[in-house]
Amino acid sequence: MPRAFTPKVITANALIEGDVIYFTKDDTWTRDLACAEYLTDEAHAQVRLLEAAQQVDLVVGAYLADTSEGENGLEPTHFREEFRRTGPSNYFHGKQADSKQQDGQAA
Amino acid sequence: MYHYNDFDKAFLAERNRQFRAQVERRIAGNLTEDEFKPLRLMNGLYLQLHAYMLRVAIPYGTLSSAQMDTLALLAQKWDKGYGHFTTRQNIQYNWPKLTDVPDMLDALGEVGMHAIQTSGNTIRNVTADHFAGAAADELEDPRPVAELIRQWSTDHPEFQFMGRKFKIAVSAGVQDRAVLKAHDLAVRIVRNDAGEVGYQVMVGGGLGRTPMIGKVLNDFLPREDLLPYIEATVSVWNQIGRRDNKYKARIKITVHETGLEEFRAQVEERFESVRQTFSGIDQDLLEDIQAHFAPPAFRNAPTVEFDSAYDTNPLFRSWVDTNLTTHRAPGYAIVTVSIKKHGETPGDATADQMRALAEIARQYGHDELRISHEQNVILPHVHKSDLPAVYATLREADLHTANIGLVSDIIACPGMDYCALATARSIPVAQQIATRFDELKLEHDIGHLQIKISGCINACGHHHVGHIGILGLDRAGVENYQVTLGGDATWNAEIGQRAGPGFAYDEIVPAIERLVNGYLELREGPEETFLEAYRRLGLAPFKAHLYPETQANAA
Repeated sequence: MPRAFTPKVITANALIEGDVIYFTKDDTWTRDLACAEYLTDEAHAQVRLLEAAQQVDLVVGAYLADTSEGENGLEPTHFREEFRRTGPSNYFHGKQADSKQQDGQAA
Repeated sequence: MYHYNDFDKAFLAERNRQFRAQVERRIAGNLTEDEFKPLRLMNGLYLQLHAYMLRVAIPYGTLSSAQMDTLALLAQKWDKGYGHFTTRQNIQYNWPKLTDVPDMLDALGEVGMHAIQTSGNTIRNVTADHFAGAAADELEDPRPVAELIRQWSTDHPEFQFMGRKFKIAVSAGVQDRAVLKAHDLAVRIVRNDAGEVGYQVMVGGGLGRTPMIGKVLNDFLPREDLLPYIEATVSVWNQIGRRDNKYKARIKITVHETGLEEFRAQVEERFESVRQTFSGIDQDLLEDIQAHFAPPAFRNAPTVEFDSAYDTNPLFRSWVDTNLTTHRAPGYAIVTVSIKKHGETPGDATADQMRALAEIARQYGHDELRISHEQNVILPHVHKSDLPAVYATLREADLHTANIGLVSDIIACPGMDYCALATARSIPVAQQIATRFDELKLEHDIGHLQIKISGCINACGHHHVGHIGILGLDRAGVENYQVTLGGDATWNAEIGQRAGPGFAYDEIVPAIERLVNGYLELREGPEETFLEAYRRLGLAPFKAHLYPETQANAA
């Protein structure tokens, strides 16, 4: 039996900055996981991934990442994605240090 | 030190011009990522978890002050104020923007540095003993040969698209400080029974998924045969090595599957034809390179200042006893500067620290610096009378940690804090172990103990050859750490033995503490190192300390 589909977001790295970005339902990219499109249907997720990956001049390596919806909104289910949306643990760099002004439209 | 000639400068400028144009074409949409990726990798540019990462080669670990200043400039101007020195004598910048990388490469080019072949399936940065030219136990300076290999392998047309990467190391010491037996190919400078100096070639070493210890391919090559012999070896592997499975593509698997005898026979056959193509120009080149590595003018001076500081300043004395190595010149010392302050990231240096090190080298160190595979910085030639001043300057830059070879002098790869391949974090584990043993004030009592941590099976953190190796894995979506014991990175190279089940992230530091406390109980005396005790007693008694619950349950 195929494994049941788990909800996803589409994530990638921005072409110029290289930082972590998420695909929104408006076909744009955000640096904030909370603003990402939450994909609960497998077929729709595959279509959206194809659409996201077409933006080759903005992003690198788009893929589907497991996500769940918790009390505080969207949460990564794997620790790798948690690090990607936070930044490294040895310095206060990366997303955790980025100011709120950077939220919203990315690339 | 090697100084670029007009040919080198023109070559590098042209490469950088090409890469700048490639970046422009990628951004303009004229190159896809699939087309661009091999081009950026050839120039050392990775895309990691949070950003791009630029890996810059420090050939055989040697730097001038001006080069170190430029590394600081890159950290400050285009990164977040620091750089990470790696186990392959490279420096990595974790936060560059794609659009800045061509400028970074141009700045490096100004001081004869580059990022060429620090990635991709090519011959990578040639590494060497970090005490080269200074060590008392050395037959000759191995760096001219390393530089010759660097020049030969850079942009070598036959070796740009191999089945996998290829790593070469060179050493000439009685002791192996360059982990020769963990390299695809290693050159050891030796003297034969007739008193001639030549090269022993080892092949098929490597860590990673399938760790193997290098084997002697040729026991003694005369000088003029070295380059054609290496070319023949890489060429045979490039042809018969497996390309169907990247995990079986490295030369260690080729040698293992082909058999050393058969592999050697094929190399010898290829060597006969390759040798014809070498006109002897490589030997002229080597002679020219050797002139670049003439030893500095060592001075003959009294060491009174050193003696008095050593007698009166206990902190200085502790640092001297821990961080200095015997130099071949009387009155001189090799200084290893620890960039492993307790609780800090192993191998990281800030731009200010890099500048401080450059200034010390300029003022007191014959303008030379080295980066070790153990992720520390070396001042290879310091006169003892200057050591009190050097120590004082290091203190100002917070670079005076006295822990070389001790439990907190940990090798750690970037792990999942940065690396896209990692399966778990390494850096915080290293930070916590170092902090814990500093709190216990035990590390000088524990003595020589190498802990090496990798955040995935690719083993950039050399965990297989750590006295204590730690491997971070992803077990069902949770970080898990396997411990190996008894590894050795010297001539007696050994792959460590897996101790048993892995530990969770919050269990690994207490487990290491139990293990080291166990060693203190088990050893015959302070002279018996962890590794010696392990060799005498075997795994079982150490395991009892690592897994006390299991023992209790069994009892």
